[in-house]
Amino acid sequence: MTAPLYAIVTGFGLVAGSVGITGVLGLTWTLRVGAIVPLGGLALEMDPLAGLFLALVGFSVAASSCYAVGYVTARRGAGAYVAFALALGVVPLAANAMTFLLAWEVMSLASWALVLDGRDDVPSRRAAWVYAVMTHAGLACLLAGMLLLASHTGTLHFADWRAASPTLPAGLRNAVWFLLAVGFASKAGVIPLHVWLPLAHSAAPSHVSALMSGVMIKLGVYGLLRAGLEWLAPGPAWWGGALLILGALSAVVGILYALVDADLKRLLAFSSIDNVGVILIGVGGALLFVRAEAESLAALALIAALYHTINHAAFKTLLFLGAGAVVHATRTRSMEAYGGLIKRMPWTAACFLAGAVSISALPPLNGFVSEWLTFQALLQSVRVAQPGVSLIFALGTAALALTAGLTAACFVKAFGITFLALPRSDAAEHAHDATVSMRLAMAALAVACVALGLGATVIVPALANVAASVLGAPSEPTHVAALTFSVVGGFASLSPVIVAAGLVAGLVAPVVFLVAAGSPRRARAGETWGCGRIVQTPRMEYTAGAFADPFKRVFRFFYRPVKRIDLEVHPESRFFVRRMEYANPARALFDEWLYRPVLRGMRALAGYAQALQSGNAAAYLGYILAALLALLVLR
Amino acid sequence: MIRQLRLALRTGIVTEPAAPDPALETLGRRLSDEVRRLFGRSLHIRQVDAGSCNGCELEISGLTGPHYDLERFGLHFVASPRHADCLLVTGPVTRSMAEALRRTWDATPDPKLVIAAGDCARDGGLFAGSYAVVGGVAAVVPVDAIIPGCPPSPRALLEGLLAVIARRAGSRARR
Amino acid sequence: MTRELGLVLLQVVIVAGGAPLLVGALRTMKARLVGRRGPRVLQPYADLAKLLRKDAVVSTTTSWIFRVTPYVLIASMLVAALIVPLLLARPVLDFAGLVLLMYLFVLGTFFLALAGLDAGSAFGGMGSSREVAVAALAEPTIMVAILALALRAETTNLGGIMARFAEAPQLAANPGHLLAFAALFLVMLAETGRLPVDNPATHLELTMIHEAMVLEYSGHYLALVEWASAMKLFLFMALLANLFFPWGMPAVPTLTALAIGALVFAGKLAVLTAGLAVLETAIAKLRLFRVPEMLAGSFALALLSVLAVFLLP
Repeated sequence: MTAPLYAIVTGFGLVAGSVGITGVLGLTWTLRVGAIVPLGGLALEMDPLAGLFLALVGFSVAASSCYAVGYVTARRGAGAYVAFALALGVVPLAANAMTFLLAWEVMSLASWALVLDGRDDVPSRRAAWVYAVMTHAGLACLLAGMLLLASHTGTLHFADWRAASPTLPAGLRNAVWFLLAVGFASKAGVIPLHVWLPLAHSAAPSHVSALMSGVMIKLGVYGLLRAGLEWLAPGPAWWGGALLILGALSAVVGILYALVDADLKRLLAFSSIDNVGVILIGVGGALLFVRAEAESLAALALIAALYHTINHAAFKTLLFLGAGAVVHATRTRSMEAYGGLIKRMPWTAACFLAGAVSISALPPLNGFVSEWLTFQALLQSVRVAQPGVSLIFALGTAALALTAGLTAACFVKAFGITFLALPRSDAAEHAHDATVSMRLAMAALAVACVALGLGATVIVPALANVAASVLGAPSEPTHVAALTFSVVGGFASLSPVIVAAGLVAGLVAPVVFLVAAGSPRRARAGETWGCGRIVQTPRMEYTAGAFADPFKRVFRFFYRPVKRIDLEVHPESRFFVRRMEYANPARALFDEWLYRPVLRGMRALAGYAQALQSGNAAAYLGYILAALLALLVLR
Repeated sequence: MIRQLRLALRTGIVTEPAAPDPALETLGRRLSDEVRRLFGRSLHIRQVDAGSCNGCELEISGLTGPHYDLERFGLHFVASPRHADCLLVTGPVTRSMAEALRRTWDATPDPKLVIAAGDCARDGGLFAGSYAVVGGVAAVVPVDAIIPGCPPSPRALLEGLLAVIARRAGSRARR
Repeated sequence: MTRELGLVLLQVVIVAGGAPLLVGALRTMKARLVGRRGPRVLQPYADLAKLLRKDAVVSTTTSWIFRVTPYVLIASMLVAALIVPLLLARPVLDFAGLVLLMYLFVLGTFFLALAGLDAGSAFGGMGSSREVAVAALAEPTIMVAILALALRAETTNLGGIMARFAEAPQLAANPGHLLAFAALFLVMLAETGRLPVDNPATHLELTMIHEAMVLEYSGHYLALVEWASAMKLFLFMALLANLFFPWGMPAVPTLTALAIGALVFAGKLAVLTAGLAVLETAIAKLRLFRVPEMLAGSFALALLSVLAVFLLP
């Protein structure tokens, strides 16, 4: 019943994606309909940046909907999904504040309904509640910032804001930036406004998580780009510096939390925080370079950020869809119950591996190209002759490198514990592979990951166009020659196609060598070497928690784990242990140190404010009189 | 650090030459020329303790030291039977270790050799006939050579190993 | 075109053919330093030849990942071999830079770690977990050292760096440069599994990092895995030798120039190998959870090297 609906949405997604690509290539248009939205009407405008994000939205929606055809069996949530997809498509195109905010709110509400998914248990309700509160707090900031800007410029149209941006007074500029940045950053999931992300993305059904992680948080980045580079440009250096530092922090903190998580979907959600951090490193770098008047370097950093945005949409969607297939087959999200799924779900495993290799930035796939570009943008910071800026860039480089290493470790764990070795539970033992439409969606995304990597020489010039339109100044950040592209100043160059060809040749060469050397290449089946022990059971395999243990020790100061050992001893003698349960969970520092105190403070304030609600009708009439007098005076 | 290096350099090479003339019992079933050719320059050995008193192990560990240095002949002890060409088994094969020994043998890729070192490995030695003992390595896995002794000295072990892979005396041994 | 192909073949032969020689020389030197005669220098070739002719035993628990990993390791090392400048002052793949090189090593580590988990044994899982931890903690040092090098040479392209040093050889004697060398040397010890991070000759599984992942391999698979790790050591040593002591490397591949280049390269590698042998003989293995401290120290050295670019131009 719902399958045809999702199939239709898939079609629309593909169409929207293609329209977006035409926008990137330069086909701009506007659309104004006066009536639908109050205070200015519905206004849509296509320019290269909007086209890029629309393409991102369109293709991700297509993939998720194709997956949903085989994944979703209930009717509940179909309407919310359609509304969500539509809103995601309208946000990048929005050309005035009301269209933008309305679409934003529809996006938030629809995704809230999808996160809740009609369930009634406490964790789901909590996830939905935290999400609702955070997203509306962000909306409040956005509303405040946009209305402030609108009241100064006298208009709600983005084009007018762009034109008026050089003339804004510094205090207003900084205030609006702060409000808009907080609003967009909370949507993007930047530390410390990230608490909703792991809860919501792991609670939602997987095709929705894929869209939320792959697309929705990118719209936060979209907002930051519009605000920082168009509506409020040119901004002071601390904007770029703050974004870069927060990006580096998000990158490291996100992946550190992902490493120690045994819930597959929460691991992917934290990894999204990490990747948003990487994108923001690029955006922050771009803002700093703009300030330092290094146009081509700013364009380079922006290209790196945009490329990583597209790549993350591709591989994170893929990973979430794969995780969804695994969760669907095993009915649990805990990796401690997985194992051996590569033999029972070969397609899902192969696609998930492609996603894992991409997100770990391994050559020659897409993640490598965008991280390479980000590194090159950071490494060139020496050309900006200010030591303070250089120091920030050096720290950003170190953070990015640490993140890259930790991401590879995290996805070795995610893929290895989930798919390899023996099944750790009955559910994993009897798992079945995904349905045809799910496989199709995942395979298409895996192919996209490869294509986005190998096609870098085509994509980079297109992104250079987008960067030029955003920064408003033409520059030559990169130079493409045949299969190689190089960055400005001959600093570095890369050819993903040649690297891929080299790797393929390198795979074939040992086979040729072995045949030529007369190696019989015989293999006999046996059992795993276990020091001669009698039985091999899944209990002897490494667990997700054990795999992350070295990291938990090294980063003890960050995780502050609390070890718990529960012993059940034999009643006759305490030396015979019947059962032992060991847990060493990391503490959620942001919850404990930031949110709980803030919430406690707010509750205390609310307690004081409660004094106003005395229930006395005369007091209420008195309030109304006071408010009326105040309004009359202030007019 | 410097002191240790200076001591090592002052002491010099202390490896003794080896001359094979062992009291070796070669059953020779699978010791074909082909196998000897394969392992003549490189034999990786996995030592298995099948319930031994560790007397043989002490002698075997002398082989890796500077005086006997089995590495100069291309012999090398490895940690995993998957990496091994030869199992050097000691001990009378207690009942508890019989299955483990068999699994170790299963885990070793072909072509492979089994050398039983010590009187216990040959036929149970001191412990022959005990209720806890299966009775020699040959009762569990096929054996290719036996190096007798209780325990066999490192020289006898080395000479036995060299004879198994048919390394002759002369220029090779005197290196 | 044929000249390019010839150069490709030459680099592959040098790396693939020279790696076992390097490992053999290292083992023999270490043995001589402790008073043993030691194995022959060419012993690793005999080991590889024997392994190629043996059967393999493959556990039924494993999947295709286990069988593909040795080939992926060799592939990434072969591509890396084309990127590292060996004899000539520029590598065969012109465009390639240090960042690509480092990520090729991560590619190999990623798949080897997966293969370690594939067999379902506790040893393999332990080896994988430790290996990715060490690799992850070594990454920041590598990147900051690359930053230091790139700042001096104004490019991350290896050919460009070599060209810059050819123009201004005194850059190589800069103290900041030597700090970067020290940092990358410590990283090399971590990444290639040498003492004090990991003992390549240990038999105690609980002390293993790299070896634990390889315990399950046999036959021709083992030959490829051992060869790939020898090539990794060779490439790291070649990188250290040529980036930090870039003398005697011709720009044009004439026959005499190549011969001289080969001699100089062999000499540099011999000195580095001797240094590594002395270091490995003299110090003991670090406790596993002291390794992050060592890597943090190497990171500090790399950071100092970056600072030196600004303070000591």
